[in-house]
Amino acid sequence: MAVLLQISEPGQSPEPHQRKRAVGIDLGTTNSLVATVRSGSAAILNDEQGRALLPSALHYDRHGLSCVGYEALGHDLSDPLNTLTSVKRFMGRGLADVALFGEQLPYEFVEQPAGGMPKFATAAGAISPVQASAELLASLERRAELALGGDLDGAVITVPAYFDDAQRQATKDAAMLAGLKVLRLLNEPTAAAIAYGLDAGGEGTIAVYDLGGGTFDISILRLTRGVFEVLASGGDSALGGDDFDRAIADWLRAELAIDADMAPAQQRQLLAAAKRAKQQLSEVEQTELVVGEQSLTLDRGQLAELLDPLIAKTLRACRRSLADAGVKLDEVDNVVLVGGSTRALRVREKVADYFGREPLCHLDPDQVVALGAAIQAEVLIGNKSGDDLLLLDVIPLSLGIETMGGLVEKIIHRNTTIPVAKAQEFTTFKDGQTALAVHVVQGERELVSDCRSLARFELRGIPPMTAGSAKIRVTYQVDADGLLSVAAREMTSGVEARIEVKPSYGLEESEVTRMLQESFSHARDDMAARALAEQQVEADRIIEDIRAAIAADGEQLLDRVELDCLNKSLDELQALRDSSQEHRALARKIESVAKGSEAFAARRMDAAVKKALAGQSLDQLEGEL
Amino acid sequence: MAISMTPAAEQHVARHLAGRGKGIGIRLGVRTTGCSGLSYVLEFVDDAAPEDEVFACGDVKLVIDPKSLLYLDGTELDYVKEGLNEGFEFRNPNVKDECGCGESFHV
Repeated sequence: MAVLLQISEPGQSPEPHQRKRAVGIDLGTTNSLVATVRSGSAAILNDEQGRALLPSALHYDRHGLSCVGYEALGHDLSDPLNTLTSVKRFMGRGLADVALFGEQLPYEFVEQPAGGMPKFATAAGAISPVQASAELLASLERRAELALGGDLDGAVITVPAYFDDAQRQATKDAAMLAGLKVLRLLNEPTAAAIAYGLDAGGEGTIAVYDLGGGTFDISILRLTRGVFEVLASGGDSALGGDDFDRAIADWLRAELAIDADMAPAQQRQLLAAAKRAKQQLSEVEQTELVVGEQSLTLDRGQLAELLDPLIAKTLRACRRSLADAGVKLDEVDNVVLVGGSTRALRVREKVADYFGREPLCHLDPDQVVALGAAIQAEVLIGNKSGDDLLLLDVIPLSLGIETMGGLVEKIIHRNTTIPVAKAQEFTTFKDGQTALAVHVVQGERELVSDCRSLARFELRGIPPMTAGSAKIRVTYQVDADGLLSVAAREMTSGVEARIEVKPSYGLEESEVTRMLQESFSHARDDMAARALAEQQVEADRIIEDIRAAIAADGEQLLDRVELDCLNKSLDELQALRDSSQEHRALARKIESVAKGSEAFAARRMDAAVKKALAGQSLDQLEGEL
Repeated sequence: MAISMTPAAEQHVARHLAGRGKGIGIRLGVRTTGCSGLSYVLEFVDDAAPEDEVFACGDVKLVIDPKSLLYLDGTELDYVKEGLNEGFEFRNPNVKDECGCGESFHV
């Protein structure tokens, strides 16, 4: 597939085929999205129909997964038991947790051994929430690979700030099942703050109010010198826009006097009508709900009455989290709104009232988390490398040392604040070993070949002793400018070796300037030299080919004169190749030699064909045809 | 010697520059690497170097170093969409072979 180029930051153009394809994925309860950074700006990757959202919905039939996204939602009413939605709510949960949801869930579950995740009973068999999530991730992955023109190198996947270890692990498992390399699980509020560029301010206290389809999160973040810290997070992992819909649907059911013990299909129908009404009331003052034969009017005032108890629940969680964080309301510098449910005007009003300031909401609240994740992915994959990251006061990538078998032992882990010094002890591997090679690498991977090599040096003069008895202390030190120095010292003898590395460059700035200047002043020479080198390689190739052909059957196919003539022209070409500095002259000679040998090549071809046909009768040949 | 870009490329460059919030234009260049000899460079420019050649293209400046200009003379920068994939493409009349992916080439 052709690679279309993107604009890079100055000095950061990737090597060809080295530009890493990294995406941010918001694996949401109701909708999922994928985003990437193109030419320096984060952008959502749409599907073929130009739609940003992938509804987190899957439909299964007896053959397995039949479809995901909007197409799957189409089966929601007709085949509810085989249409899975909001599976994120079940990630890493036990059946006991699920029972706590309390509502009439329109699914049937397969009982699992104690502690296991519940599985959905579908026409395709028992499907775990991890499997279902993996299908959603795989769908986004395919979309991204089409948009970016190749396989993904890594993804940042967002999770609610207070997902526990089991839920995070389930998310990672889903990614693994989908064949995605997870660069990092990123907390959704941090991603949102990054999308709004709040990290650029360097300092501040930020409240991220995230009301999605199925979860509510309030996170209080403190940004100190460009580094985010989650001071407190709270919320309700079973409260969201779905509950708004359910509240409206319950009201509708009561008003229309529908039996509470209704069929799943009818329940879906009510929910769909409720959702439509909720969305319309952000645009208009009142709306009509139609269920079957009956219809009902809902206005903003009535909607507020239905939603206020739920919104009040979110604000109580905000109060608790602020208290946990030890932050007063007036100390909050920014409030960020995330999640499609913050489109509801009533939510915006109540949040603005509570915090006493207008929340940030100019980015699409459905997209903001994915955009922030994409920005983070771009940094983690290393496309936006170098000095930019060194401005941060943390180590952008782990610094490690190569150990036996090409493995990396990390000495300073990423995100460690600088300046920092860490030491680790190593020993000799062989009896009488007097030298130790130190290979300094940067990166998060386990194998040296997957990390970036920064420097190599040797510690020599280790006194000979049995394997394992030398004590070699390797110290990594990064100063405030991001300059790394590595020292290795054999403790019994005191022999020492050290090296300094600037992880982003490896070269002094003056040296870089000098090399650049030289490349300009020698531009034409370099160009000619490259062209000449290319022609020399071509000349070598053609001389070798023809000489091999002559050796093989020159005597049989060429007469004396022809053979002499060809040999002479080859000698001339060889002489010119060795003496000429003019690539054009050499190219012309190559062409004339190639032309001069055409007759010979044609005869060789004929001979080969004759040989292949020799001894075969016409009947045989026709039989084969 | 000159380089240029299509209206589509100009529009996208202008948008990305605006989104970035700084920079005087974009740099086109070549580097000697890649599976087919040379590869393209496409970067934002904050400061042009004294030796750079600058071509105005609408509101956008195309900046190029003298060495790269030897390889890129006559090149037109375009912006293309291929299905979901989109991005910039160099239309370089000097190119003899590409590596098939369009990221590297030789002259």
